[in-house]
Amino acid sequence: MDALKRYFRSPAAVAGLILLLVVIAMAASASFLYPRDPLALAGRPLIWPFSNPRFLLGTDNSGRDIAAQIFYGARISLLIGGVATAIAILIGILVGAFAGYYGGWVDNVLMRITEAFQTLPNFVLLLVLVAVFGSTLTTVTIAVGVVSWPVPARLTRAEFLSLRNREFVQAGRTLGMKDLQLILGEILPNAMPPVIVYASVVMAVAILLESALAFLRLSDPNVASWGNLIGLGRDVLRVQWYVSAIPGIAILVTVLAVSLVGQGLNDALNPRLKSR
Amino acid sequence: MRILGLAGRRLAASIPTLILILIGVFLLLQLAPGDTVDALMAQMGGGDAATARELRKFYGLDLSVPVQLGNYLWRLIRLDLGFSSIYGKPVATVILERLPPTILLMTASLSFAFFFGLLFGVIAARGVNRWPDTLISTLGLIFYATPSFWFGLMAIVVFSIYLQWLPAGGFQDIGTVQTGIWGVIDIAKHLVLPTLTLGLIFLAIYLRIMRASMLEVLNLDYVRTARAKGLDETRVVTRHVLRNALLPMVTLIGLQAGTMLGGSVVVESVFSLPGLGRLAYESVVQRDLNTLLGIVFVSALLVIVVNFIVDLLYARLDPRIAAEG
Repeated sequence: MDALKRYFRSPAAVAGLILLLVVIAMAASASFLYPRDPLALAGRPLIWPFSNPRFLLGTDNSGRDIAAQIFYGARISLLIGGVATAIAILIGILVGAFAGYYGGWVDNVLMRITEAFQTLPNFVLLLVLVAVFGSTLTTVTIAVGVVSWPVPARLTRAEFLSLRNREFVQAGRTLGMKDLQLILGEILPNAMPPVIVYASVVMAVAILLESALAFLRLSDPNVASWGNLIGLGRDVLRVQWYVSAIPGIAILVTVLAVSLVGQGLNDALNPRLKSR
Repeated sequence: MRILGLAGRRLAASIPTLILILIGVFLLLQLAPGDTVDALMAQMGGGDAATARELRKFYGLDLSVPVQLGNYLWRLIRLDLGFSSIYGKPVATVILERLPPTILLMTASLSFAFFFGLLFGVIAARGVNRWPDTLISTLGLIFYATPSFWFGLMAIVVFSIYLQWLPAGGFQDIGTVQTGIWGVIDIAKHLVLPTLTLGLIFLAIYLRIMRASMLEVLNLDYVRTARAKGLDETRVVTRHVLRNALLPMVTLIGLQAGTMLGGSVVVESVFSLPGLGRLAYESVVQRDLNTLLGIVFVSALLVIVVNFIVDLLYARLDPRIAAEG
């Protein structure tokens, strides 16, 4: 309760939450406000924003409604961001938990693998994965998740290292609990908070990674994604720069919202750090 | 000497990591649809199965996967990265040609982000919770959330199309090849926008870390001592606080080296710079897997080298590290 109160006392955190709710509302209302396929031909190509009441944000180079694509794009960004983050956190927790709990050679092997993933640039690995597995919505989401787990793994490992010999764990051990029970039931719930807070960073980066991939036309071309639209608008950048400008603002606002909420959560959960 | 030994040991420890990456990516690429020969045949405009078989034999692709992997690693020791069928040159040559623009771009962006991150971080920390701090912190948050490729496009719209101050892309002026000092200025002009684009997100990260680290160091006892002996505030900051507050910033360079290299893939594509990142993108689109594997190797190597340099820097900034090692 205290944490909640602290959260709402920070104007930045509240602003972030409002922005995030707006993006979620956009994603939820997309099929209600724009029942037609957002990638279908809607009108004349390259209508400027605010010049035609039917297309508030104008149309792109092939005559598709930009506003509809922005609304549906919110879905894609939140979906990819959310699922990829869940995948990254899950892998990170598993790797970090086993490495931190068992130590020794298990730790050594797992940390070597983590290091390998951290040495190879994220985006280069993402390119390799897309080159191998193709670029459908599913593969791109999984690929973004797979390149993002090392930091959550390190965080979880650090927490486990400091928790594994606490009294409550030793008590559990004396009671005859199995390793898996101790890891999942006893230590993990206590190790979660910093990892969950870090999830907001993972999500912000995941959304940026996917949009960059889509901009390079290496993401799924059959969905209305903000990155796709920016890539498309690049062809008409000289005059109709708004085709690229509008979805970029959408990405900016979403990533900003996610970061602000994450920062707000962090400050609310660790009040001592905030006062510095 | 001791510092060098310490950093050298860390460098040696990264060799297994490098081998692990190569084996992993090599096996991963075996799953890719189509191989070099398919790409080659497609480029030749098709061919019969017998030719394909002969070509596979020539490139050693008919062998089992472990043997191929062994061959690849053995060739790698002799710095032979294989042959790029798309470019018709050895992969090592292709990569070496593309390396200078990327290194130039990364160095420029890093210097830009580091210098201004430091400056803004110090300004924000000295006026903590007053308007300069609020302004800088807000800007930092916005920069952090800006997709770099979008910022690049908008910069092109403003500075290249509308104001016509700077070129929209490329590494040099193609029309008039300049030499000497004019050539340098020409390249510099082409790199202004890419540098800003790539550096923006790192500027945001650096200023945040610098601000936090300044605030932490400013509260330490020795700073109070320095103030108590009558030093003015500028003196305290430049002579006493800065050096210690810099440590996390230097750590960050090593941690962010990979991210920066990944970012240059996108930025080089936006500004059509003939660099390593663009090569990575092209080799994915053209299914030139040999080149892609070579790029994986070189970029991992680059990250390791940056971390080695960071280790050396770190030990210079904080002599305690070398003493403990």
